[in-house]
Amino acid sequence: MYASVGSRLVDVIEAVDLHRTYRTATGVFRRRAVEVAAVRGVSFSIGRGELFGLLGPNGAGKTTTIKMLITLLLPTSGSARVLGYDVVRDAREVRKRIGFVFGGDRGLYERLSALDNLRYFAELYGVPPREQRSRIAELLALVGLTGRENEKVEGYSRGMRQRLHIARGLLHDPSVLFLDEPTIGVDPVGARDLRATIASLVKAGKTILLTTHYMFEADALCDRIAVINKGQIIAEGTPADLKGIVADRTVIEIEAFGASEEAIGRLRRIPGVSSLSVEERDQAQLVLVQSARGHELSRELVAHLDGARVGRVVVREPTLEDAYVALVTER
Amino acid sequence: MRILRLMLTGWVFTMKTNLRSGFMILTAVIQPVIFASIAFFMFQAGQRSGTLLYAAIGAGLMGIWSTTLFSSGGSLQWWRWQGFLEPLVASPAPFALVLLPATLANATYGMYALGMTLAWGKLAFGIPLTFAHPWLFAVAVPATILSLGLLGFFLASSFVLYRHANALSNMLEYPVWLVTGVLVPLSLLPGWVRPIGWLLAPTWGVRAIRDSALGGDPLPAIGMTLGLGAVYLALGAIFLTYFMRLARERATLSLT
Repeated sequence: MYASVGSRLVDVIEAVDLHRTYRTATGVFRRRAVEVAAVRGVSFSIGRGELFGLLGPNGAGKTTTIKMLITLLLPTSGSARVLGYDVVRDAREVRKRIGFVFGGDRGLYERLSALDNLRYFAELYGVPPREQRSRIAELLALVGLTGRENEKVEGYSRGMRQRLHIARGLLHDPSVLFLDEPTIGVDPVGARDLRATIASLVKAGKTILLTTHYMFEADALCDRIAVINKGQIIAEGTPADLKGIVADRTVIEIEAFGASEEAIGRLRRIPGVSSLSVEERDQAQLVLVQSARGHELSRELVAHLDGARVGRVVVREPTLEDAYVALVTER
Repeated sequence: MRILRLMLTGWVFTMKTNLRSGFMILTAVIQPVIFASIAFFMFQAGQRSGTLLYAAIGAGLMGIWSTTLFSSGGSLQWWRWQGFLEPLVASPAPFALVLLPATLANATYGMYALGMTLAWGKLAFGIPLTFAHPWLFAVAVPATILSLGLLGFFLASSFVLYRHANALSNMLEYPVWLVTGVLVPLSLLPGWVRPIGWLLAPTWGVRAIRDSALGGDPLPAIGMTLGLGAVYLALGAIFLTYFMRLARERATLSLT
């Protein structure tokens, strides 16, 4: 399943056995040091012009991995190189050549305008003074903020801030980009525009490491994907490779109202159930059950949901999201 | 040239943000008036010889120190809360060239405190604003501002590492007023306090400004102010390199 790395001429990003441990303390009077291993031996490599996705649940180690690669955190052990430069020893060389975008609405100077923010960062990234004006105008147009650049960032919507983040990340025209959940919290239309921007960056030859929670986004954009859970990479391959993991399965979606924990527990124990997850949707619960293809479990599942009202039941082909759920919940 | 541009842009950026901060404006506008009034009443109640200008300059320095201290600690804390510290650190510009213009801008902003104190003194207490050596006064004030900005840089270098930098800066306001002689004359304090004051730029800054305003030779104090500033710059740069590495190791650049 692991994609061959030998076919790529140059590895632009290379992580080798990265570990990162955080030290924290518990207790008020008797403080006790606790070590939390956020990343436990992560290795991968990304070729030039590739869009590589890093998927995983919250706390899986995605952001910690990115922060080590963009030189904000030192690895506890292991090594990483970006464009041949070591992220610990040659931090400044790495910083000159990369751009990064963190999701969320923080990380901008709220009291100042978008233009002020971009001008300052253009200076920090050494964009030649003569080019700054045209470069900023070009990027404002790219992210659709032309005409709004003189407004204070504190009045921006989340989507606008996110687009400003992207413009800032591209100021110095880096060849490598790290995008950490860039579409999080952005409305569907804004997210679609952002995805189109990301796709255009790949077309322009950028190498991108993207983390996201949205499987359809990863499926649509990524050349290769690594799934990370509890600080370790548990699968790596193309979206098609990962979908192949569950190709021999069927997914049953059951809309239920008022299903108890106990009833869900009973479903998990039914022979033939490979994995089960529950999504809360307003008043309803969407129970997603994976089973071996040809194993018709719908009736049995519904029968075990006694006490709950059952709505729509759908049997469908597995998607990348189902592969992800199987990987994260079954290992 | 690039360093100068970077410094200037950072300075303008910080000045702009300070001018748009309600807290900073209140601190700068209200605080100097309070300081000046307290200093004048103390001075009058003490029936000390000398002019009220002596007290006005001390009160002005109190304001500059408060603004420098709070804004240097506050800037870093604000950057951290806003998630702005990480993008600054992750840029290729040396972080010293990001932090230094910010602390210099904060000290410059404090100059307003001195101006406001002197203006309040003239308006409310009728202090005549006549200076013995106006040209040297014009040198002593920027030298003091520069040196305080560099002291702010030195202090802020450690704030990179500590998430609760504000607590540290709150703690340092009053003791520095006391040991540097801006609030009460150093001669009133125990002998062991004086060497501490000698290491702090406001001690020499207030002496330089007072000597140039009231008469005396301000040049030695100006020299000491600038010399100490150079020491703060060197120590701040060394500490910053060390603390930045520790901050990356201990993950203190962000709150998450």
